[in-house]
This record gives sequence, C-alpha cells and structure tokens, in this order.
Amino acid sequence: MGAGWSAGRAWLALTARVATLAGLVGEIWPMPARTLYDKLWEAHVVREEPDGTALLYIDRHLVHEVTSPQAFEGLRLAGRRVWRPATVLAVPDHNVPTTDRSQGIQDPVSRVQVETLERNVREFGLPAFGMDDPRQGIVHVIGPEQGATLPGMTVVCGDSHTSTHGALGALAFGIGTSEVEHVLATQCLAQKKSRAMLVRVDGEAPPWVTAKDIALAIIGEIGTAGGTGHAMEFGGAAIRALSVEGRMTLCNMSIEAGARAGMVAVDDKTLAYVRGRPFAPKGALWERAEAAWADLHSDAGASFDRTVVLDAGRLLPQVTWGTSPEMVAPVTGRVPDPDAEADRVRALGMRRALEYMGLEPGTPITAIPLDKVFIGSCTNSRIEDLRAAAEVVRGRRVAGNVKLAMVVPGSGLVKRQAEAEGLDRVFREAGFEWREPGCSMCLAMNADRLEPGERCASTSNRNFEGRQGQGGRTHLVSPAMAAAAAVAGHFVDPRELVGS
Amino acid sequence: MEPFTRHTGLVVPLDRPNVDTDAIIPKQYLKSVRRTGFGPNLFDDWRYLDPGEPGMDHSRRRVNPDFVLNDPRYRGATILLARDNFGCGSSREHAVWALMDYGIRVVIAPSFADIFYSNSFKNGLLPVVLPADTVDRLFREVGARPGYALTVDLERQEVVTPDGERFAFQVDGFRRHRLLHGLDDIALTLQHADEIRAYERRRAEEAPWLFQDLQAVRGEGR
Ligand code: SF4
Repeated sequence: MGAGWSAGRAWLALTARVATLAGLVGEIWPMPARTLYDKLWEAHVVREEPDGTALLYIDRHLVHEVTSPQAFEGLRLAGRRVWRPATVLAVPDHNVPTTDRSQGIQDPVSRVQVETLERNVREFGLPAFGMDDPRQGIVHVIGPEQGATLPGMTVVCGDSHTSTHGALGALAFGIGTSEVEHVLATQCLAQKKSRAMLVRVDGEAPPWVTAKDIALAIIGEIGTAGGTGHAMEFGGAAIRALSVEGRMTLCNMSIEAGARAGMVAVDDKTLAYVRGRPFAPKGALWERAEAAWADLHSDAGASFDRTVVLDAGRLLPQVTWGTSPEMVAPVTGRVPDPDAEADRVRALGMRRALEYMGLEPGTPITAIPLDKVFIGSCTNSRIEDLRAAAEVVRGRRVAGNVKLAMVVPGSGLVKRQAEAEGLDRVFREAGFEWREPGCSMCLAMNADRLEPGERCASTSNRNFEGRQGQGGRTHLVSPAMAAAAAVAGHFVDPRELVGS
Repeated sequence: MEPFTRHTGLVVPLDRPNVDTDAIIPKQYLKSVRRTGFGPNLFDDWRYLDPGEPGMDHSRRRVNPDFVLNDPRYRGATILLARDNFGCGSSREHAVWALMDYGIRVVIAPSFADIFYSNSFKNGLLPVVLPADTVDRLFREVGARPGYALTVDLERQEVVTPDGERFAFQVDGFRRHRLLHGLDDIALTLQHADEIRAYERRRAEEAPWLFQDLQAVRGEGR
C-alpha cells in the first residue's frame, strides 16, 4: 500500500469531481476501477461537504421496538413528519414472546414497548407487520425474505446487525436512535465514507465448516476491532460457493469484526434469491433492476485499503470460549492459557473472560458440558440453518444434562416452511422445544434467558457477559455444531458424531 | 443538544479492552421508551452484586466495592479513561445516554467502535482518541494521583494534564462544528430539502423499483 495506491485514490477523487461538475465529461472520462462499496456509496450521495461528509440517501429503513421510541418521540416534540413513510418497514422482534402469543405479552415493560411501536406506526402511517402477522420475525430475517431489502439499496436500521442485508449487494449498516430520527425526518444520513476492506476467502470449505465458522474464523484472525472504520466486502471462491443465506450469516457477523457494513457482490444466486419475493420488482421493472444490479461487484483491479486472505480449506468448525467473539478456537482445540499471552491488556481480558466463563486453561473444547442450546437469532435462524441442524438431530435425542434445547425460527414464514418440511417434528422428537419467531435468547429481552452460571451453545452472534441473561455463559457456534452439542451434551466434532 | 467546548473533570479509569454496549447498559433497561434515567444502571452487572431490573430502587442494591466506579476516590468523575474498542457491540444509543445520565462528558480511549463513536456526537458526549501509549500513561497517572483531573478542549483539540502537558487529538470538522455549537442535525439537513427532492426525482427515473410503496404492496400480500 504505497504510493501507487494513493495515486489511484487521487485519480478516483479527481474523476468523481469532474463527473459531478459536468455529467457529459464524466461519461466520456474513462471510469477507474471501483469497489462495490464505491458504487453503492456514490449512487446515494445527495450532496457533499468540503470535508467529505456526505448526505447519503437511504432507500430502506427498518424499524423495531427497542431503538425507535425515543426517535418517534423526538419527531413529535419537534412537530416533524416522516419524510417518506413508504420506505419504512416496522416489526416488533426483540421483546416478543416465543411461546403462545394468544395471551399477549406478560411482561408489562416489554408490552409497553411493543404497544408504543404499534402506536407510532399508526400515528405516522408506516408499513408494519404486527406481532400476530404471519410474516412477523426478526427484522434482519424478514427484510430479505420479503424482498423489502434489495441489491443496490442503502438499508439502515437502529440495530448493529443491519449489516446482514449487505449479503444481497446492498450498503446496509446499523445506526443509533438519533440517526433513526434523522432518517425518519429527512430520508438521509450525514456520513463519512469508510475505508474499503476486502476479506477474500479462497478454497473450498470442508464438510461441517459453515458460513458461521468462516465468520468466527475471520474474527479470530483480525479481532473484534479488525474491521473498525471499514466497510467489509467478502469475496473469493468460498464466498461464491455460499448460499445467499450463508452470506447473510457472514455479513451479519461483520459488525462483530468491527466493520459497520459487510457486503457480497451480486451474482446469479442473489438474483435467484430475490426473484419473486413479495416486495421485489416484477415484470418489466424486474428486467430493468436485474440489468442495473449486474454492475454490483468490485471491478477488476479495484483497490482496497486493506485485504485479508483466508483459506477455507484449512478451517475447522469453530467454538468461542470467551466473552468476545474473537475468543474462538477450532473444535479440536483447547481453551488457551493467558500466561502464554505476551500482551498485558489482552492477557488481562483473557483471564477475566475465563473466570466469567468458568473455564480452566488447557481444557479441550470437546470437554465443555452444556446446560442449554439455542438455535436461532438473525445470524442463524433461516430455513437453511434449521435444515442443517435438523440433519444432525434426526433420529437422535438431546442429552440428559441439557436442560433446555430450543429452536426459534427467524420468522413466521421460516417457521411455516420448516413445518412443511417436517423439521419441527425432527426437533420435537429429539427433545427440542419448537418456538414462535423472534430474537429470543439471543439477547434475552423476553422471557427466554440463561440463569447465572448456565452454559449455552448458541447460534447467535454475541458472547458478551450477561448477553443471554445475567451470569449466563455463551459459546457461539454454527447450527450444526449447536445441534451436535445438544445431542452429545458437550461440544463435539460433528464429523465424529455424524461422519463426513 | 448541549454544546461542548471545554471540560475539566475528575478521571475514572476503566482498565479493560472491548467494553461492549451490553456491559455499558444491560438489555433489561432498553425497555424504557425514554432517553433519561439510565445513569443508575450504567455498567449495572459490574457495579452491583445483585441482579438488577427496571423499576427497582437501585440506591438500595448491593454495590460491588471492587468495581472502579464505586471507589469513593472516583466519585463525581466526568471523564472515563478506557481501553481499545470501547463501545463495541450493539447500536443502542442507550449506552451513550447512560454515560451522560451518570455524568460522564468525555471518554478517552485508543479506539472506539464506529456506531458508539457516532452516537456520542449526537448527544454531546465527546469521544477522544489518543495513542495507546499515551492512554497507558494516563492510566498510570490516574492510578498514582488521587484527584487526577484532565481538561479536554474541543476548540483546540487537546487534552491537558494537571502538569500542563498537552496531547492533541483529531475530530472531523463537521462533527466538531456541530458539537461546538450544539446544532440540531435534522434542522441542518432539512436546509437541503430541495436537493433531497431533486435526488429523489432523478433516482426515481433511474431506479424506479426503489420507489415502490411498501404499503401498496402490503395490500396484495395479505
Ligand atoms: S436476533 Fe439478536 S442480534 Fe439479531 S436483531 Fe435480534 S437481538 Fe439483535
């Protein structure tokens, strides 16, 4: 990354300026190679300040009940209306019960929050799925599922895992509540462009190495701050081989690597995924959209500020052992020893994590017993995740030491699909609970949670202290690993349990 | 929003990296539909020995004497000294509201998570990035000298130690300007309403599928 790189960027800036000054000149000017991020960004700039802060236009605004009440309140106080209500899609997901909903929400505080969302969408006239709508689900599952999030869009939500939608070739990122209010009021955000990072995953992932394992391996490699200040594009043979659902898992976790946005170029799989979704364009509009989306990839020779390369062929199923997603080891590995860590601050963090997790250095990962198993969350609750878990579980039983194993589909439609395929029976017969869609034990804002000291294999995305309940201990894994762990009662190499 | 120009205050050191937003304000408090009142629950799991729930009288809970915020020596601190990747995790602005509500005006760290960093500016909390070795030094000085206070000057973009030593920090111009004057972001953006409309007109021709009304399609979906 020497002079050649900066010269390239200067060239880009120059060309962009010329293009805005005179559209004609811009058209005949040879376009330099651009990254997918460049393309998405440039298509959405409404105006730019001299210091590079851009007013970025937002195409889709997803809203849930936890981070929006104060934003609507702000609008009301200032007497402002919503700029373009038709771009919003609101859904309650964090607080909703995953058991019988006919009784409503028992917890009064959760109920107030869900009712507040309902009141706000009525008052401001916003499209929304209510708690009893069959399409209700986790906001990051229903967006792509409904075709509400599309390639080429800018997508925001008051939720860090908005990065998920980047799997469709969109620029999608999480925002805070003040920004939620700002987008509601103006349809724009004041943003500075991030640096561009390419994570290239070459080779072919071995059996049982899923998108989740790739994501965890990347975070283990670059750390939870490794992507800070960057928009992260995933490329390479192993990424192309992933289904769109798998790419969502990967982009979902890009925030756990510090990147605000994750994205994958559009290809035939993306188009096949989007085609026919309820909110996707139809007919002639589809043809036009498809033609435009063909450009949604980084050009050959486009320069990235940082590139990381991984070989998928060398990866193993991953299990986190600590309280940060970067604290991760292959299932064949052992809990590491802080005394062997040279960096003082890191060693301290490791010691704290092991103490919280109740683990001894040197313990084989497969010797860690479990109390609960959670299959769900916006990371891993799509149909493909449930199929993978069911495949492992089929004909087996949840181990006696596992007090609770639960499957929480990402949306009402995922649930219906799984039931049509008989997956619910596979899970139930094995001793799993089969629940209603929502965030559930990913962050335990509803009734699903860990008790102090309980240890959980979870397909969610964060193993922070207390994330799944105060004192709860979370190990992040793939759906196949969670299923295998439920059956074995401890982590186990799925290759040994099921064979490869 | 309150403008921020210059602030002098007692420093409290929080010596751990990757302090996440779940730790700053645990999820059970996110059920509030207000922006205020989060202060007593800042770092709740670390600060108290008993589990906390919204609506409790937090002044009667068992405090954890080993947690730095409970050390009488740091009572009234308004500047939080932290380690790498402060504020990682969720987008919850409640984390910033909790710090502000507790009385924190400045967080100094070698690095911040992006969303937390951006949320801070929206609320008048100043996140200051200093090099890791400088932060290391400040940790040592805070530990060694009770009553250690720093001055953080946004106008001059520097942190001043009790000995008069100065450390420069960077803030982007646009954010600095807004914070110095306590400007309302939305009002500023709405000054460009015509440009936004012009963009929408152009875009609607270029990419009309982006302008479908979800509400209209909703009718079909049912
Ligand atoms: S499933 Fe978990 S990570 Fe995803 S939106 Fe819900 S709470 Fe957030």
